[in-house]
Amino acid sequence: MEFKFTEENLTRIEQEVKKYPERKPAVMAALYLAQEQNGYISNEVIKEVADVLGITAEDVLGVVTFYTMYHQKPMGKFHLQVCTNVSCMLRGGYEIWDQVKDKFGIENLGITEDQNFSLEEVECMGSCGTAPMIAVNEDYYENLTNEKVEEILESLKSTN
Amino acid sequence: MEKILLPDIENLHLIDVYISNGGYEAAKKAFTQTSDDIIDQVKKSGLRGRGGAAFSAGLKWSFMPKTTDKPKYLCVNGDESEPGSFKDRQIFEINPHQMIEGTIITCYAIGAKTAYVYIRGEYHKWIRLLQKAIDDAYEKGFIGKKMKETFNTDFQCDIYIHKGAGAYICGEESSLMNSLEGKRGYPRVKPPFPAQNGLWGCPTTINNVETIANVPKIIEKGWEWFSKIGHPKHPGTLLFGVSGHVNKPGVYELPTGTLLTDIIYKYAGGVPNDKKILCVIPGGTSMPPLRGDKLEGVKMDAESLKEAESAIGTGGVIVMDEDTDLVKVLARIAHFYHHESCGQCTPCREGTGWLEKILKRILAGNGSTSDLELLITVANQIEGNTICALGEAAAWPVKYMVERFRYYFEARVNDEVSLPIANKVHSMRETSYPLADVKK
Repeated sequence: MEFKFTEENLTRIEQEVKKYPERKPAVMAALYLAQEQNGYISNEVIKEVADVLGITAEDVLGVVTFYTMYHQKPMGKFHLQVCTNVSCMLRGGYEIWDQVKDKFGIENLGITEDQNFSLEEVECMGSCGTAPMIAVNEDYYENLTNEKVEEILESLKSTN
Repeated sequence: MEKILLPDIENLHLIDVYISNGGYEAAKKAFTQTSDDIIDQVKKSGLRGRGGAAFSAGLKWSFMPKTTDKPKYLCVNGDESEPGSFKDRQIFEINPHQMIEGTIITCYAIGAKTAYVYIRGEYHKWIRLLQKAIDDAYEKGFIGKKMKETFNTDFQCDIYIHKGAGAYICGEESSLMNSLEGKRGYPRVKPPFPAQNGLWGCPTTINNVETIANVPKIIEKGWEWFSKIGHPKHPGTLLFGVSGHVNKPGVYELPTGTLLTDIIYKYAGGVPNDKKILCVIPGGTSMPPLRGDKLEGVKMDAESLKEAESAIGTGGVIVMDEDTDLVKVLARIAHFYHHESCGQCTPCREGTGWLEKILKRILAGNGSTSDLELLITVANQIEGNTICALGEAAAWPVKYMVERFRYYFEARVNDEVSLPIANKVHSMRETSYPLADVKK
């Protein structure tokens, strides 16, 4: 599918470029913007980012595959990220992981049929003191219990 | 005790509140001195890096060349991805201007006109908070073109945030620079060191967020004052992040040299249900774990922890009570380092995978006593044989956990059976070979 940055996003990329002595470092920010606009990073996105920044598509692909926050397939409207690293694990991170998995019947990096929810097991998110946690898209939910998770998931469901 | 980094002042994150509490006065003072004076004071203060290696900050700055045609750069490392570490986000949230002021002073000291604050991508909220603080500082003329009037100086610097995208390795300084250049975050071979050949081949200094946030107070109150706080060889306060099995997990700012048992029992409220402690990781998961029965008298600073055969790391204290499944914990840690290995060096790329596979086999009840030796052998083959310190970070927890909790791991594996070599090799494969069945 064809992908072109919106005018607004092109302006934002140019603002990012200004931070650096060359255009290439803006690739990370440009990919975030592309992901926001397109939902995920497709081959067309990679080509467009490369063209806009004057770098090769291989440079962009290398970045996309190195970092976990760029997705090469569509994710849900609500991307649920559950931390199961040590500090969360000690306070019930896996119980929450199982709970979310069971509720939606999806596995790691899976997506529900209605495309509303996707799930990812993530590494330490820096919420160790407020463990366990879930991040929904960009927002952290901390100090969780199974009851609180149920509440959050239900409220997300009803906002659809 | 007075808090240096996270004082109890309401709304300190607002620039007006920060200014009314003496904020940006240290920067004004710094600009009346030479850059060499600033470096000298920070050196004498004994400030050591808070990112894990505890290297002298002033000494690091002094490596920057005085005369060069190239631009110089400062990177402030807020990648904060070490499991058990959650301190930098407190600075972004509670006291961002002190870090910004520290960045301005550091830029002046090393002669950098541009500073990048590298923040992990997951910290969307904290990136927004810091960006707001930076925008406010620009508006008030503490950064950028207006510095000339504000500080009566010819020096000018800019501060930008660079958002990461989910890679633990980017907290390693050379990997951070590659990531900032818009590349895959592969660590670089050292030497050359960043002070000679850093960002875009130019002289670069990389300091942790917490390190930088200490700088304004050292300039304001003098190096003597700072050097008298806490342990003389590792002075100042540290932001201890306590997590795991404690009643009050959180970040506690305490002088270096504070007793580990005080941190756990006095500040973090002790262990729930008064259970005994089985194991404590003192500075983030890559540091050698300590046995619960050997915590008495252990002090939390770089020198004392070295004596206790561990390391201060990022000050992320993870407490595990007597009912913790250590094999599960170690398998989870091994999974983390396997997942985060960048794949450049064979010992790390392959070794971390083996560590995880062997530990998962033990966890499934299919391990044998020789697996414990195998774990240590593999760990030893990673350590020291990689470009960056992720090798050590992956090897240490496994090696020291197995050595220090030998009895615990022995109880979880089956007795060794005499198998031909072919079977031994087979036992290293991914499939968890049921050794116990072979015995029958």
